[in-house]
Amino acid sequence: MIPELGHLALILACLVSLVQGTLPLIGAHRDNAAWTGLARPAAQTQFALVAFAFGCLMQSFLANDFSVLYVTQHSNSLLPAVYRAAAVWGGHEGSLLLWLLMLSGWSCAVSLLSRQLPEPMVARVIGVLGLVAAGLQLFMLFTSNPFDRMLPAATQGLDLNPLLQDPGLVIHPPMLYMGYVGFSVAFAFAMAALLAGRLDAAWARWSRPWTNAAWVFLTLGIALGSYWAYYELGWGGWWFWDPVENASFMPWLAGTALIHSLAVTEKRGSFRNWTVLLAIVAFSLSLMGTFLVRSGVLTSVHAFASDPKRGIFILAFLVAVIGSSLTLFAWRAPKVGLGGGFALLSRETLLLVNNVLLAVACGTVLLGTLYPLIIDALNLGKLSVGPPYFNAVFVPVMLPLLVLLAVGPLARWKQADARDMARRLRVAAVMAVVAGIALPLLAGAWTPGVALALALAVWIAAGTWCQVRERLKSGWPPRSFWGMHLAHLGVAVFVVGVGMVKGHEVEKDVRMAVGDTVEIAGYQIEFLGMREVDGPNYTARQGAFALSKDGRRLRELRPEKRAYAATQSVMTEAAIDSGFTRDLYVSLGEPLAGRGATPDWSVRVYYKPFVTWIWFGCVLMALGGGVAAADRRYRLKARRAAEPATADDGVAA
Amino acid sequence: MKRFLIPLGLFLVLAVFLGIGLSRDPREVPSPLLGKAAPAFSLPTLGDSGRGDGPAFGPETMRGRVWVLNVWASWCASCRDEHPVLLGLAESGVVPIVGLDYKDQPAQAQGWLERHGNPYVLSALDADGRVGIDYGVYGVPETYVIDKAGIIRFKQIGAVTPEVLKTRMLPLIQELQR
Repeated sequence: MIPELGHLALILACLVSLVQGTLPLIGAHRDNAAWTGLARPAAQTQFALVAFAFGCLMQSFLANDFSVLYVTQHSNSLLPAVYRAAAVWGGHEGSLLLWLLMLSGWSCAVSLLSRQLPEPMVARVIGVLGLVAAGLQLFMLFTSNPFDRMLPAATQGLDLNPLLQDPGLVIHPPMLYMGYVGFSVAFAFAMAALLAGRLDAAWARWSRPWTNAAWVFLTLGIALGSYWAYYELGWGGWWFWDPVENASFMPWLAGTALIHSLAVTEKRGSFRNWTVLLAIVAFSLSLMGTFLVRSGVLTSVHAFASDPKRGIFILAFLVAVIGSSLTLFAWRAPKVGLGGGFALLSRETLLLVNNVLLAVACGTVLLGTLYPLIIDALNLGKLSVGPPYFNAVFVPVMLPLLVLLAVGPLARWKQADARDMARRLRVAAVMAVVAGIALPLLAGAWTPGVALALALAVWIAAGTWCQVRERLKSGWPPRSFWGMHLAHLGVAVFVVGVGMVKGHEVEKDVRMAVGDTVEIAGYQIEFLGMREVDGPNYTARQGAFALSKDGRRLRELRPEKRAYAATQSVMTEAAIDSGFTRDLYVSLGEPLAGRGATPDWSVRVYYKPFVTWIWFGCVLMALGGGVAAADRRYRLKARRAAEPATADDGVAA
Repeated sequence: MKRFLIPLGLFLVLAVFLGIGLSRDPREVPSPLLGKAAPAFSLPTLGDSGRGDGPAFGPETMRGRVWVLNVWASWCASCRDEHPVLLGLAESGVVPIVGLDYKDQPAQAQGWLERHGNPYVLSALDADGRVGIDYGVYGVPETYVIDKAGIIRFKQIGAVTPEVLKTRMLPLIQELQR
């Protein structure tokens, strides 16, 4: 009964989104207030219906309703309740439902938080979101219905993919999807502006907090995914340039560029076409990410659900959404003016360089991701593009960006003074050079890579510090200022992490018998023994390793090899001693024939200096984005517009 | 006007490629070993006692015959899916199937064959997976067709389905046997 209710809610939601995607848009075009007025209630109704459907699916999982095909495929009665709830998005159909929930959630948020916007604008934004939702809902109802029954019911489920049975999975996909889907709002704003023919500063200002919010979620989602890969896959890597990782990284790069170009469009009215194009591209890349993961055109460790029939539908959807938006762009963009001019050295120029670099980076990732597919399509053979390509191409593009990162915020709009900027950055430059020479020596050995990374990190951090200090002299700056610098500081922290891990990590694959000790980076790790541990739906062989330094025992590490009963698969659970300046990572390889009762094991022991800084940096970036999105000036407009009749209206600015 | 059409044009080209990509299977990786001699090895084989104490086997023993090398393991779930297909093939007597028991325990392997039936003329034991590396084994199961001269002619990654057997392997085997 409950699955049928969920299915019904989904059908109703689809009908509502067809209304939401048509009448308000027509109403805005014809100045029909009754029709534009439909936008908000439609978005809210739609959210309620999708949330209800989502709740129904979750209830089916929690109640172990194995007459629902999707539940049978992705759950098991032995699975702990929290993973049964998270299993809702453990497969294709549920992931789509989560996507849809996020989309309707963002639409609902727009409908609630848009009182300061003109009615036709809101109607257009919500209408565009409704069209996107309608496409997804049709896709779900026709090809991927999560509520399909299986009669007679199964007595037991096939269990959730063990890789996904992890606290990381509970939050990683929702975060990532919040980010992906969040760009739909920036996209809808861009479409609405194109439809209205009004690409002005107001449009940019409305888009900014929404874009920031989506970017924050995407940043956190990617960071969580990276951390999840680090401790769950058992290889100790934090980024693999896997097609699915790239699929989430490309919208991030485009979104980062968008955040910066929106600033120019709002403050100076320039880059308008480029900003619109970026908004379209960021969302298109999000959609394409879904396509790449869901259609099976690329192989990846993540591609756990693929079906060519679905691929054709998503491709058609992709062509409809992206094709129509780019057509609208080609039609409307030529009529948009150019905005204010600027000198060769100005903040506009620096942000333009930022955008070009980010766009190039995004393009190289796109090329590397799709190259195997294109080569195959041209019948030129099969190949795969791996980390060597990405590292060789991506890093050089990022380096100038990092250098400019400290310079950009210092430059004035329109015309900057080079001599003045050089004077203000003198201290930071000296500190960076000193850091580049001295710090790597403190860490052990001087290598150019580490030196460069540390110099750049100090350059950014010191530059940020100088600017904050200067700015504080003229009063307390607004939140957007703090947000920007916090995010930039996050980049510095991230660069330290990457540089140190790349330069100083130690990886040892050793054969260990009970009682053996391996020495790594000044730590000793002793193999104490193995034991059997029973989990709820798996049995594990758990190793015990004593971690000590200079003869003093620090703690015991217990990596596991888990055998999941229902799927008959074996998973590696690494044990990590995390610290501020280093991680020690122990993971079990394979049992090898050995002398005593306990076989020898191949053991992977990694020393990862500063690796946590990578994710800490991402968290800082996200925090910065959040603080900037919460800037008062976005909310002030709201309050002013909410009480338009009050006398102090004009003074508020 | 024209330059604003560039993004649309680029996207449409991309969409065409994505569309072609849909009809391809990225998992179908041609083995670099196709057309090359099957790497030599000498491994103990699975004895009836459930210990790995059968006589040693190497590919040169099969010289002059077309044969099938099937990589399997008792821990491999999809091996069970393809097992009926292999049993049928063995029963038809068209071609001898040699098993390569990959990273497995002899006792478990023997028990598995007793439970599910044994299509193999013999199973070589690749306990540490070294031979698997020589053969470029991505995962279990994998299946090779090797001709009279010891050249690898075909490789199937993943389970052999009845369709693959009928449309690709059997015609090839018959041609090679001529």
